[in-house]
Amino acid sequence: MVEEGSTLLRRMEISVAEAEKRTGKNTVNMQEIFTVYLIETRPIDAITEGHNPAPDSLWRRYSEFEILRNYLLVTYPFIVVPPLPEKRAEFVWHKLSADNMDPDFVERRRVGLENFLLRVASHSVLSNDKILYHFLTEEHRWKEVVCETGFQAKADSRIKALSATFRVKNPDKRFTEMKHYSDELQSLTSQLLRVRARVADRLYGVYKVHGNYGRVFSEWSALEKEMGDGLQSAGHHMDAYAASVDDMLEEEEHYADQLKEYLFYAEALRAVCRKHELTQYELETASSDLISKKQQREELATGMVRTFSFKGMTNKLFGQETPEQREAKLSLLEEQIVQGEETVTEKTVECEEYVKGAWVDMQRFKEQKDRDLREALIGYAVMQISMCKKGIQVWTNAKECFHKM
Amino acid sequence: MFNASMPTSPGSMVNQCKFEEDEESDSKDIFITVDNPESHVTAIETFITYRVLTKTTRSEFDNSEYEVRRRYQDFLWLKGKLEDTHSTLIVHPLPEKFVVKGMVERFNGDFIETRRKALHKFLNRVADHPILSCSEDFKVFLSAQAWELTTYKKQGPGFLSRMGETVRAVANSVRGVKNRPEEFTAIQEYVEDFSNKIGSLDKVTQRIVKEQKEYLEELKEYGPTYTLWSGSEEELAEQLKGVAGCIERCCKETEEQVGHLSDTLVPVLHEYVLCAETLKAVLRRRDNIQAEFEAKNEALATKKVDRDAESSDLGFVWGSLLGKNPEEARHQRQERLDGEIEELKEEIDKLEDRVEWANNALKGDWGRWQRSMRGDLKSAFLSTAEKNVDYYEKYFIFIHTQITVSL
Repeated sequence: MVEEGSTLLRRMEISVAEAEKRTGKNTVNMQEIFTVYLIETRPIDAITEGHNPAPDSLWRRYSEFEILRNYLLVTYPFIVVPPLPEKRAEFVWHKLSADNMDPDFVERRRVGLENFLLRVASHSVLSNDKILYHFLTEEHRWKEVVCETGFQAKADSRIKALSATFRVKNPDKRFTEMKHYSDELQSLTSQLLRVRARVADRLYGVYKVHGNYGRVFSEWSALEKEMGDGLQSAGHHMDAYAASVDDMLEEEEHYADQLKEYLFYAEALRAVCRKHELTQYELETASSDLISKKQQREELATGMVRTFSFKGMTNKLFGQETPEQREAKLSLLEEQIVQGEETVTEKTVECEEYVKGAWVDMQRFKEQKDRDLREALIGYAVMQISMCKKGIQVWTNAKECFHKM
Repeated sequence: MFNASMPTSPGSMVNQCKFEEDEESDSKDIFITVDNPESHVTAIETFITYRVLTKTTRSEFDNSEYEVRRRYQDFLWLKGKLEDTHSTLIVHPLPEKFVVKGMVERFNGDFIETRRKALHKFLNRVADHPILSCSEDFKVFLSAQAWELTTYKKQGPGFLSRMGETVRAVANSVRGVKNRPEEFTAIQEYVEDFSNKIGSLDKVTQRIVKEQKEYLEELKEYGPTYTLWSGSEEELAEQLKGVAGCIERCCKETEEQVGHLSDTLVPVLHEYVLCAETLKAVLRRRDNIQAEFEAKNEALATKKVDRDAESSDLGFVWGSLLGKNPEEARHQRQERLDGEIEELKEEIDKLEDRVEWANNALKGDWGRWQRSMRGDLKSAFLSTAEKNVDYYEKYFIFIHTQITVSL
């Protein structure tokens, strides 16, 4: 799951070790309870040298992780940034709690947060970030430092991004395809997770009802002489069968979390594609601006109106301008054209570099996704095998007991 | 007062047939099948008849093979006759007349099949019973043509005398039995508890079937989500299809397992719920027989007291007014009462025999029923457990191959 050749993770061991409840005042000065997570770090060379130093540690809450991630999203828009575990419990089936304070939810979130940090710290680009390092090592003042980067201002407005999506003329085809894929991935995994939760719910029901057999067999065994022992022990096995589903579904929840990560990854992937559309759109806009400015210069210089223009109309109606006015306009245009050419060059480079960087990371992401999901799917099959083994054991035992009846 | 085909003493009963200790009869001499349901439409009604095929080497039967068609009403008639004739024997229950919603899990076509199986079992249980299988009514049921059966049904105690018996039975049950032997009280308590337990098991099993079906419905939607996803992936397509395949297999196995549960365990548990009711009725009838006997005994005691009492009754006074000789009147009265007492004693003897016969029949059949019950339930639960092991084993093997192949 963690890549080779990683930088930060090579140097440092990172883990999210614990979770605790805290109380404090929130932004509207009301008491609230929230959970904090303990981040522990240890330099690797200290360990390999045979020492066993105590890890450095600090506490962070979920909202701080969110800020870190938003910072990374804005600062490295060409990277498919690893997602955080879900903010609120979704795809819940009846036994699972939707409560954020529920200890199982907190535990799964702890694992998710650790996973996030490991992924970021093993990324060739992201792991070098100073803010990330700060997040892991300096408890206080981190928020001020990250805000000082001004990343919030740099974030693209949604409207800007949306209009670029509609208006861009020549986006890189690969990115368009990737965007479609990200939409599909999102809807497919979300559908899968929804149905899985319902299946889990039903399976839970089936197993638990067998617990009633346990109770009735036990009561019935008190009535019978010959059958009593067989019934009694069969009843115990039924109870064991009913109880076995809890662990099974707990494990399956972990599988669901693995799929959920990629559900959220789909959104990150889509964001990278959208950013490309935006940069491409900005380049196209700058190019067409430049072209129209050059056209205007030509018209002004030759006095010929090539295409219909408002200027041409007003000239006809109100007469042409004086040579001095024309001169002034021309030199302004020249300036703007020079600026425009610079802008176009800049944007072209920006666009090309973005495409290069993003494509590399999207390939990396694809390989990671294929690896991780393959592992998850195999894990799922193994879980099913384990379920079968337990089932075979319980019912074989029950069979023995029925034989004795 | 007594049914013509009822033995009049325990001795004759024993001579007729014996209770088998060993249920494993290698010497099974009668084979009955119930099959081939057919629909009959008349102007008045539509009904189903079943073919009843009998093969036997028993001497009471003229032929060795019989094929007749019977409808549910005919089975009901047979059961009624068997219960009337042998009121304290335990007759295996018939499937119910009407279906309560939720009892039958499948659709109409299978209702007929379920009923057919139950009717088949009913006849075979009667055939296995050492006493019941010797019943004339049973023989006629198996061998008579339709019109012969109709004629035969019309014989026997008329409507009024049957009413009379029913009234007596009600009167006796109101009176209640005073000195029920301990062993029958123990049986009654057991039957109460057993009835509760088997009822619970019946409900639990039906609940399991329901939950399994709902699980199956969701599973059917689950597999396709993986297949759908595989359409968008390259590297992962194989694995995703592999998982989809596993889930599909799980669906298939689950469907089979639910079917097995519905075919094997559910009907048996349901039968024994009905059995419990049969047992309660049998115990009631035994009690009534004893109650009748106790009532007659009380009547006898009263009459004796009457006879030995001082003759200062109104009749004597009246007789003397009419000019009868007091000595003669008293003598007449004594004679009358003696006569009545003798009659009562005879009746009581017969009733006493009847009680003893009823008790012995029940005792014998009780042991037999318990053995049957244990056998039936053990085999049904065993079969269920085996099927469940099979379910998990088959699925296990499939996943294993899938892992090596596509995952």
